Amino acid sequence: MRDVVSPRPRPRFSLQANASTLRRIVILAVLAAIWELYARWLDNSLLLPTLTATFGALARATLSGELPDRAVTSLRVLTTGYALAVAIAIVFTALAVMSRWGSDALGLLTSMFNPLPAIALLPVALLWFGIGVPSLLFVTVHSVLWPVALACHSGFLSVSPTLRMVGRNLGLSHGRFITEILMPAAFPHILSGLRIGWAFAWRTLIAAELVFGVSARSGGLGWFIYTNRAQLETDSVFAGLLTVILIGLAVEELVFKTISRATVERWGQHTS
Amino acid sequence: MSTATLTCPNERSDVKSVPLLQVNHVGIDYPTREGALTAVDDVSFALHASERLVLIGPSGSGKSTLLRAIGGFLAPTTGTILIDGTPITRPSPERMTVFQEFDQLLPWRTALGNVRYALERGRKLSREQAEQDARDWLTRVGLGRFLDAYPHTLSGGMKQRVAIARAFALQPRLLLMDEPFAALDALTRRQMQDELLALCEETGSTALFVTHGMDEAIVVGTRILALTAHPGRLAASFNVTADQRIRGSAAFAELERDIQRSVFDGSAAHA
Repeated sequence: MRDVVSPRPRPRFSLQANASTLRRIVILAVLAAIWELYARWLDNSLLLPTLTATFGALARATLSGELPDRAVTSLRVLTTGYALAVAIAIVFTALAVMSRWGSDALGLLTSMFNPLPAIALLPVALLWFGIGVPSLLFVTVHSVLWPVALACHSGFLSVSPTLRMVGRNLGLSHGRFITEILMPAAFPHILSGLRIGWAFAWRTLIAAELVFGVSARSGGLGWFIYTNRAQLETDSVFAGLLTVILIGLAVEELVFKTISRATVERWGQHTS
Repeated sequence: MSTATLTCPNERSDVKSVPLLQVNHVGIDYPTREGALTAVDDVSFALHASERLVLIGPSGSGKSTLLRAIGGFLAPTTGTILIDGTPITRPSPERMTVFQEFDQLLPWRTALGNVRYALERGRKLSREQAEQDARDWLTRVGLGRFLDAYPHTLSGGMKQRVAIARAFALQPRLLLMDEPFAALDALTRRQMQDELLALCEETGSTALFVTHGMDEAIVVGTRILALTAHPGRLAASFNVTADQRIRGSAAFAELERDIQRSVFDGSAAHA
């Protein structure tokens, strides 16, 4: 064992990581202080409520159950649309991997639809599906489908020829070759696609809700923001925005970072 | 060390006259933009059980292409490749290849996981048996302390050791080695050549190597076939004796010179 070096386990809670967390907290505190001071100096709660007023509104709306309700409504639509889009993306990717025609079709469709903002499809969605959840689902699926399909496809294409030959050398069946070699090998790309898809879906959904809201009883977070603006409850508008940020952050940190740590970071295949 | 790992994979073929591998007038063309390019041209040879044959040649001699064809990864354009008299149609764990590239290990599995997975799939062993065998083989190549290490934490030499352990653990009838040490530093390469030779001799493995290192060819091979470049054709054949295998000896240097002459001068001297 002469050319053997000791493995390099990356300490998860190193001094550096702690220092970075500390810096972030300081930056956040400074920003909060600036907000609070500026809002007090401005003294116009219609334009910019203070941070404390925003937190007050956040607490009230949370305790009354309205905000959690709205958030759950949004998240329900979001997860449905997301799951639907990922399922379609899987089918598209499979077709693209299996044939040249499929590959070209996917390439063409993604380059056509990826630059098209989902919000721009809202008028069409309204025409086809009317006001309601189906329209929201339609734009959400559109926002997730193309980036995810693109990431999966390029993930499969990027699997190294050597790794493919190793899989074939072991005499794997077609199914095992796909599930045990190609999919894990493409996983870093797939995961970053899912991450991007999530961020797109969340943005698109909130924006779509803002534009036409669904209906008063079953509206989501976007609707919450919209109605509060109409009633000039600016602190509640900010409370709604804060909730959007917090949920986005929570999913990124709790779901995606956890998956990433357990997989691609452990495998040394961090891409993003 | 379990007894299973020590069994010689070639005990079955005691009939020395039937070659394990027959390469008959094989030609391989590559499609390019300017038309078909001939990578390998009319190459024939036979490989008997327990032999270690080295294909040596400059880049462009089609030696890796030929190895891929024997591995079953691509079909020859002309000629036939037979294992025990049967044409090769697809890759099989019976002919396990060790590649040059470090990314031949599955990055999502540990060293142990890589070898165990290959045994579970390639030899259809139970999980427990595969795990035991994988442990034994990794220990044997000096990686006993690194069973749970992921490939990205291992050095290049260690990655190749895992790949070699994986190939030997599968007990293939024919080991195919595609310049497995080419990307290593000179010291590590030399040490791994010696270790590989020891492993081959202990197991009595039949192996086909591809290399462009003359010293490597002499150290690991019992027989050397020299190929010319563009297109790859057989130029000469050398048998390596035990005294020629000693690094730094006069016999070693002389053989090295002979090989060099046949490869680069193209002076065909079929032995």
